[in-house]
Amino acid sequence: MSINILKEIKNDNEEMRSAMCETMIELAEKNDNIILLDADLMTAMGTKPFQKKFPDRAVDVGIQEANMVGVAAGLSVAGKIPFAHTFAPFMTRRALDQVFISAAYAKLNVKLIGSDPGITASLNGGTHMPFEDMGIMRLIPQATVIEPTDTVQLKNILKQIVDIYGVHYLRVVRKTTPRVYEDGSTFTIGKSVLLRDGSDVSIIASGYLVSQALEAANLLAEENISARVIDMFTWKPIDEEAIVASADKTGAIVTAENHNIVGGLGAAVSNVLVSNKPVPVEMVGVHDQFGEVGPVGYLAERYGLTASDIVKASKRAIKRK
Amino acid sequence: MDKETARERKRFAKRIQMETVKMIAKLGVGHIGGALSMADLLAVLYGGQLRHDPQNPQWKGRDWLVCSKGHAGPGLYAALALRGYFPLEQLDTLNRPGTMLPSHCDRNLTLGIDMTTGSLGQGASSAAGIALAHKLDKAENIVYLILGDGEIQEGQVWEMALFAAQQKLSNLIVFVDNNHLQIDGPTDEVNSLGDIAAKFRSFGWFAADVCGHDPVAIDDAIELAKRQTEAPSVIVLDTVKGNGWTATAGKAGSHSRTISEDEKNEALLEMQQAYDEI
Repeated sequence: MSINILKEIKNDNEEMRSAMCETMIELAEKNDNIILLDADLMTAMGTKPFQKKFPDRAVDVGIQEANMVGVAAGLSVAGKIPFAHTFAPFMTRRALDQVFISAAYAKLNVKLIGSDPGITASLNGGTHMPFEDMGIMRLIPQATVIEPTDTVQLKNILKQIVDIYGVHYLRVVRKTTPRVYEDGSTFTIGKSVLLRDGSDVSIIASGYLVSQALEAANLLAEENISARVIDMFTWKPIDEEAIVASADKTGAIVTAENHNIVGGLGAAVSNVLVSNKPVPVEMVGVHDQFGEVGPVGYLAERYGLTASDIVKASKRAIKRK
Repeated sequence: MDKETARERKRFAKRIQMETVKMIAKLGVGHIGGALSMADLLAVLYGGQLRHDPQNPQWKGRDWLVCSKGHAGPGLYAALALRGYFPLEQLDTLNRPGTMLPSHCDRNLTLGIDMTTGSLGQGASSAAGIALAHKLDKAENIVYLILGDGEIQEGQVWEMALFAAQQKLSNLIVFVDNNHLQIDGPTDEVNSLGDIAAKFRSFGWFAADVCGHDPVAIDDAIELAKRQTEAPSVIVLDTVKGNGWTATAGKAGSHSRTISEDEKNEALLEMQQAYDEI
């Protein structure tokens, strides 16, 4: 793990999907076993350049997610390393039994990419807006469940999972997302990143909420509240050590996720705390609601996923100490 | 296939059926109907068509078999044991705690089982994936897939049917064990499958209808399928569920049922007589 954090967090010039395609091409050049599958969303995910470069190793099954996951399982049993992509709700809801039985229960080596997490599904609206995908995937025994924060982390994690046997689920924003890390940073799956140290409250965030958490920490500092910020990009196996250490150090926790808090990061962190170090926990996330259509900024306000929501939650958590 | 080979396959099928009955009776209950109906197919495959090596189940040059109707595992376990993948006594452990022979096929537990199945329809896509992997490698392995007739009510089978034709998976040979019964009754009464071969043909497949209890017909159809260079193949086997034992043959309740010691003896007597007459 060698991590350098950017001094100023701002929107990336590079889209997550182009980071993914570029990395997959790089990996496929070195490893003939890599196969990229999609269910009619190669255009949407920007993986057409991969298809152009490796026409035989880009398998677009058309609009049939269940078959795609089953074919991926079959490719794996015959020694290939399949990476399958579709929108997160289709991967985790529509093809769930195929993911569960054909890939995970059969103990195969299948990499699943679900795109457009939570409010980033934006104008596709409620049918396409997954607030439950990570929770669903966490329930699959032995699956590794990751939400890469930015392009740097995504590239590094894609490179790692090629060599780690098993079912991996990556929840990936398609377009741009705030950049947190400097180029070349490397991460350890299952080990969170301490982005900022603090003593009054710990904000454990993931995905879209990481940059919001950093902004919240700045706002809290203006009020002399010292916030510790953690990027919990691996939801499973979750970094228990960092969660307990944060509870020890600050005595109050805020979780922040672009996901339903029922079965989400808040629940996962709370599970660790109740067994090890019970402290007050406040959860910023979607409170058991469906998605709806709108721009990301509007949706962040609508579901309470902003820096200001994290600030309020932090104060509530501190008060409950 | 010459006459003596055909008789050999028929005898092998009877032995598969007898071992299946014994193994299920040992526990007292199990999925007997769909295991018995595919015994003749297994006899043709494990009697000679399938390239395999019981001493080296992961042999690179082998043909693959995905039994997507995973509940028919006991029939397959009988064939595997008879071919030497594991001792026949192992069959007595079917569905016992810690067994390597679970009710539904599991690639991680049983030598000779290529894919984990049990959630119907899913083995179809897995088999297509295995076939695609070999096609990409320009390898000559054949992937055989066994589907139940009721199973093809699952939409995933038809997703695969489109996909395999598009990908020109001529190394994929599918059998539909068309035994006309599912748990809740005749397939025609529950949700009729119509002309299965015609449906696959319309998807761009090579399709053949044959008697599923005639080893010569099955073998001939496989030879035709192996000659396909572009299209995947389906061989629709007209079969009788619970075939080989009067108490189960053509009976809707034969999907899963209890078998007492007396019933086992009755079944074995009937099967032994049939064996002796071959």
